[in-house]
Amino acid sequence: MTTKPKVSRAELAEQFRAFIDPDFVITDNETMKPYECDGMSMYCEMPMLVVLPETAEQVQRIMRICNEHEVPVVARGAGTGLSAGAMPHKEGVVLSLAKFNRILDIDPLARTARLQPGVRNLAISEEAAQFGLYYGPDPSSQIACTIGGNVAENSGGVHCLKYGLTVHNILSVEMITAEGERVTIGSDALDVCGMDLLALMTGSEGLLGIVTEVKVKLLPKPEVAQVVMAGFDSVQKAGDAVGGIISHGIIPGGLEMMDGHAIIAADDFAQAGYPREAKALLLCEVDGTEEEVHEHIAQAEALFRKLGATSVKTSQSEEERALLWKGRKSAFPAVGRISPDYYCMDGTIPRRYLAHVLLEMEKMSEEFGLRVANVFHAGDGNLHPLILFDANVPGEFERTEAFGGRILDLCVEVGGCITGEHGVGVEKIRQMAVQFNDEELQQFHDVKAAFDPAGILNPGKGVPALRFCQEYRSLEHKQHKHDTVEAAHG
Amino acid sequence: MGDISQTLKEQILQAGKSGQKLNIEGGGTKAFMGRSADTDAGTLKLGEHTGIVEYHPVELIMTARAGTNLAEIEATLAEEGQCLHFEPPRFGEGSTLGGTLACNLSGPARPWSGSVRDQVLGIRLLNGKGEHLRFGGQVMKNVAGYDTSRLQAGAMGTLGAITEISLKVMPKPAMSLTLVEEMSLDDVIHYMNSRAKEPKPITGAAWVDGKVYLRLAGARSAVEATAEKWSGDVTEQGDAFWQQLQHMQHDFFAGDEPLWRFSVGSTAGNPELDGPWLIDWAGSQRWYRGEADIARMETLAQRAGGQVSLFRGGDRTDEVMHHQPRALKELQSRLKKSFDPEGIFNPGRLYSWL
Repeated sequence: MTTKPKVSRAELAEQFRAFIDPDFVITDNETMKPYECDGMSMYCEMPMLVVLPETAEQVQRIMRICNEHEVPVVARGAGTGLSAGAMPHKEGVVLSLAKFNRILDIDPLARTARLQPGVRNLAISEEAAQFGLYYGPDPSSQIACTIGGNVAENSGGVHCLKYGLTVHNILSVEMITAEGERVTIGSDALDVCGMDLLALMTGSEGLLGIVTEVKVKLLPKPEVAQVVMAGFDSVQKAGDAVGGIISHGIIPGGLEMMDGHAIIAADDFAQAGYPREAKALLLCEVDGTEEEVHEHIAQAEALFRKLGATSVKTSQSEEERALLWKGRKSAFPAVGRISPDYYCMDGTIPRRYLAHVLLEMEKMSEEFGLRVANVFHAGDGNLHPLILFDANVPGEFERTEAFGGRILDLCVEVGGCITGEHGVGVEKIRQMAVQFNDEELQQFHDVKAAFDPAGILNPGKGVPALRFCQEYRSLEHKQHKHDTVEAAHG
Repeated sequence: MGDISQTLKEQILQAGKSGQKLNIEGGGTKAFMGRSADTDAGTLKLGEHTGIVEYHPVELIMTARAGTNLAEIEATLAEEGQCLHFEPPRFGEGSTLGGTLACNLSGPARPWSGSVRDQVLGIRLLNGKGEHLRFGGQVMKNVAGYDTSRLQAGAMGTLGAITEISLKVMPKPAMSLTLVEEMSLDDVIHYMNSRAKEPKPITGAAWVDGKVYLRLAGARSAVEATAEKWSGDVTEQGDAFWQQLQHMQHDFFAGDEPLWRFSVGSTAGNPELDGPWLIDWAGSQRWYRGEADIARMETLAQRAGGQVSLFRGGDRTDEVMHHQPRALKELQSRLKKSFDPEGIFNPGRLYSWL
């Protein structure tokens, strides 16, 4: 969006301060600085101003004003996003939902919770625990990330093969549209009449509306959970074992894979007792009733051995289970210790291409002269290659980005997609042109226009302008440069 | 038979030029649903756009053309010990996958296994411009672009003709078992929800004719241990009961009396209406038979935290779906226009204004 703002920063701030505590209408650069990026810190921009409303009515008034003046609005939760989806617009407003942090109510019998969007993901399960309930989706950032952001990104987590993504675990959202209408999408029921707008909203990356309340489903906490850890001497064997477990009829609560580089980094960090000589490691969690877990764990152990596991170990206590997971959950910071910087990718592939994709990635790793470690939500085909680099070496981030782009192209080539759970944001907007053709992208733009005729919600994210797509498709990707990154590095 | 997408596309382009409208039809078994079809419109026949395009049992993923028969899909899955665990109803031999998604129809397991919409991973769709678009994909997780695949659930073809669907399939449970006991309507809502709150392998909770039915399914040891612990008698007729419920062949559904579907909060008190009720989905889906005014029914549904539709019978020239508030009506009208600018598909089928 290139429209010049029709109001100045001072005028806009004055209008907001008429109904919002002036301390929470921020216009000075020093206080705005923490808002310049989200979890994807390579992409930065300073906004025109930052505003922190505390009621839906205030959000509504902000949106009406911004819509009237065609001022871009970027909604922000905890800022843990990994695709620069909450990166500010330099001529726009950052609308932080940090003050919407209350759990409004929990209905234990109906197994639902009504939440403000700024409630942290983990806080929901902590609060629901007293009723023997929990909230299913558990993204790795769950200590910090908020339910509003989870809706915007359709967040998953380690347990989504069995328990689903955000879209499967919410009943309704209240949202403010770009034009300042307050609407409820969904209900207390499992479905409503008409088009499934709730699905459309989930994962829309702040481009279709600002969520001001969310009603989620809660699940009964399983009686027992146990983890089987299996080491393999090849990635292919581990990949086959994943298929073996699932086609045997066992749907694990979580099924994670790490490659050799990730195993050693994670074990150094967490002393989790991983088999350090293994080329691939599977963590397979089975949950359910005591009888069911007992039955399935025995089957899983036998299957892994039969399918060539070089080591098999099952957690015998909650402490041991937590330790085995600690390695996996700290894989990112662990990799952070062996490299000055790392860049996390998020492609998804049909599992049958796992070995092929990992092999190609190794070749690219040599070509680009950059190391790569792999952690993988194996159950649902979501790869997280971590490219190791040093931002202080000139040109290394650009090479990293090009490498990352090639990995995503490869994911699309084998029938997968460019993002499983981190979102497109700014970061992957170019690769959208690889996954979708112009007609499809135009349909996305038309959907956006139906919700946001003036195009003020998170402009420049999610769906690329068609004029850039031809160019990207025809270019050698390694030559490609990105304006934002250049600006950030300049 | 097979891939007729090119023919379908040409028919849409032709309709766009001539100003003709098109009613989308698969197997024709859901003709009773929605508002009466526009009799001046032509028919876009998806029933011949058939075939399972890909099936990877190990990946739990199947892709099939929209006109593919549910029976064929389920038979293919059964060979690999898998199933559509949202238990789609079949209203006749011709029921197709595309119609199931367009109408968002799922069976008794829905609260635990998810709906058809929940299992959708991606679709291909012919929009009103005759563009054959591909959304989503064949992977469990995919957040690239808006979720225009699941958006189709319940849209009843008003946004375009779904031509292909990729969806998640699941292993069949190792065993299942049904418990039955007498219970009044007053007590059953609380009872079903209390059972659903326990971490046990429950996959069905329904009430009809003064009896509550609970289905347990999963690992044998877990099912047997739970049945031992819970009240109610094991019934040999369990499988037959759930199948009748799934396909709406239970006696409750027989006859011409208008059939109302209340989709409400699972714990809400039952609407005070005399007449027969059938409660499914542990209280979230409630069926009522009888003549009634839709405005009155809407008030009752809203009080129960949800919505109502006139599922079958009654006056189908009037609205049959719960009304949309002004802002949502506006959004859906605009969405319709974005997919189908000339208003070719299923005019007036979902709402008179769409």
